[in-house]
Amino acid sequence: MPQSFEKPAHGSGPPTLAGAGGQAVEPSAAELPVARDGFQTELTVSSPFTEFWKKFRKQKLAMAAAAFIILLLVIALIGPSIAPYRMDQPDYNNMLAGPSLQHLCGTDEFGRDIFSRILAGTRISLWVGLSSVAVGAVIGTILGLISGYYGKWVDAMIMRISDVLLAFPGILLAIGIIAILGPGLNNVIIAVAIFGIPIFARIVRSSTLALKSTVYVEAARSLGARNRRLIWKHIFPGTASTVIVYFTMRIGTAILTAASLSFLGLGAQPPTPEWGAMLSSGRDYLTQAPHVAFFPGMAIFLTVLAFNLFGDGLRDALDPKIKG
Amino acid sequence: MLKFIVRRLLGMIPILFVVSVLIFSFVRMIPGDPARLAAGPDASYQDIQAVRAKLGLDKPMVTQYLIYVKGLLHGNLGTSLKSGRPVTKVIGSRFMATFWLTVASMAWAFVIGLFIGVLSAVKRNKWQDYAGMFSAVSGISLPAFWLGLMLIQVFSVQLGWLPTGGFASWQSLILPSLTLGSGVAAVIARFTRSSLMEVLKEDYTRTARAKGLPPNVIVWKHALRNALVPVVTMTGLQFGFLLGGSVVVETVFSWPGLGRLLIDSVAFRDYPTIQGEMLLFALEFILINLVVDVLYALLNPQIRLE
Repeated sequence: MPQSFEKPAHGSGPPTLAGAGGQAVEPSAAELPVARDGFQTELTVSSPFTEFWKKFRKQKLAMAAAAFIILLLVIALIGPSIAPYRMDQPDYNNMLAGPSLQHLCGTDEFGRDIFSRILAGTRISLWVGLSSVAVGAVIGTILGLISGYYGKWVDAMIMRISDVLLAFPGILLAIGIIAILGPGLNNVIIAVAIFGIPIFARIVRSSTLALKSTVYVEAARSLGARNRRLIWKHIFPGTASTVIVYFTMRIGTAILTAASLSFLGLGAQPPTPEWGAMLSSGRDYLTQAPHVAFFPGMAIFLTVLAFNLFGDGLRDALDPKIKG
Repeated sequence: MLKFIVRRLLGMIPILFVVSVLIFSFVRMIPGDPARLAAGPDASYQDIQAVRAKLGLDKPMVTQYLIYVKGLLHGNLGTSLKSGRPVTKVIGSRFMATFWLTVASMAWAFVIGLFIGVLSAVKRNKWQDYAGMFSAVSGISLPAFWLGLMLIQVFSVQLGWLPTGGFASWQSLILPSLTLGSGVAAVIARFTRSSLMEVLKEDYTRTARAKGLPPNVIVWKHALRNALVPVVTMTGLQFGFLLGGSVVVETVFSWPGLGRLLIDSVAFRDYPTIQGEMLLFALEFILINLVVDVLYALLNPQIRLE
């Protein structure tokens, strides 16, 4: 649980006499400059974000990962327009050509430029990862808050449903769902989102249980705050750091799962430049042109690695208690 | 202890009930008429009605569910639409291949993961730690299908040392189990490191050091033993991950196991087989969780007392 700091109106604010006016300010990480006359004249109290940034900045690997993720987001937005070739432009004189200056990652079985297709596929992978985890996180968090806050039969019911969903190992649940819905990228998003729900429901429930009995929630309740207000204004912010950490860490897994499903032929279908699907078609040319499978796989690996490193960094900075 | 096991077993019943309902309704959630699907595309109206009666689809839902559960208790999972053989036979013929793949993957993943984890914890913040943890996070991020294909490319195509796929001899286990185990090894390494670092902070570790025991004895004999308790739990849970991962790895290596059977069944819309497999996977996973819980209680007396 992060400590909450009283945030002054404008950053450092006007000089205050410490302890004057009965104000209780937690000086835990704030510097207390001592003035000439021996009194503390200024208090810099940092906001949770500044606190976080201070810790996060020190982790070079996570910073590099964050920079890479920003690059990926930019590519996702403008990718196809900066690509050297059109992603569906065939070149029948240049099929399965190895990497060269002309084609950085070589060409595939239709002579399409693999590098351009990877750039175009960034959008798909990030969209699948972000949207599926977001859906799972929102539904799971709401269920977890309800479950932990209201307890009793509501809790029992939600937790049993989670148990059932967790009774199917990850990707198998997704395959089962796709067997019902049929193959396709949107169904992959639904499938991956569904298996994220119980995970978020569980972690949010356990934080909610802990927060429910804290003094500040008790205080708010005795002041007459209603359940909805207690949940959203007082308990939810306390669970936020855990949710953010899990959210980031799940993105890598979600991208990996979605790519696996596409590789298995259950997700994006061949003309789409989805990385898993590209790898799947490259599989047939493995002996004569391994680069067709190599580069899309590398793209998946680096993207997932970046999200995992970023997630680890966030965890260490926000909530070191979560075990990886 | 016995009470604990009985309580956990009883706790499984509601989960198993809901799982069976879910899997039962599975076929009924698919858009389209299952009788028409089972009868094939050229079936006449009479044929479809006959299949409907044969599959019991004309009876009320609750009756159908009871018939389904009765079949399950008799070990009857229905008939595969693809091969026409009983699903239990189809699954049974694939089980051992997946079993050996899982065991081989877990064996090397545990040994390597433990070694990297201990090394990283002992050499905390030295280069060994950074190298170990970076390879661990890479192992988690590696797409198994890509790793598998690259291993095939290097060791089978280029060097010609190992077979590209199939399950003919123990050599054919090497590449698939390397691929499947890498993620698990990474998780075990990370977990061992954090668990061992906790234990190395404990008073009894300091006592062992103070009485002059060599560092190796402290780590391997005193600390690791206690650090292993959560690691064993974690490792057990990774079996579920292996079950899921086997789907991908078996497809890459044309492995004649349950994972590839599942993908083939999905492609063929062989619903009875999919149902049977999902049930088996869920059952296995629930049982593994139970064994892990019991093991945890055995290893850690504090839990038993509750």
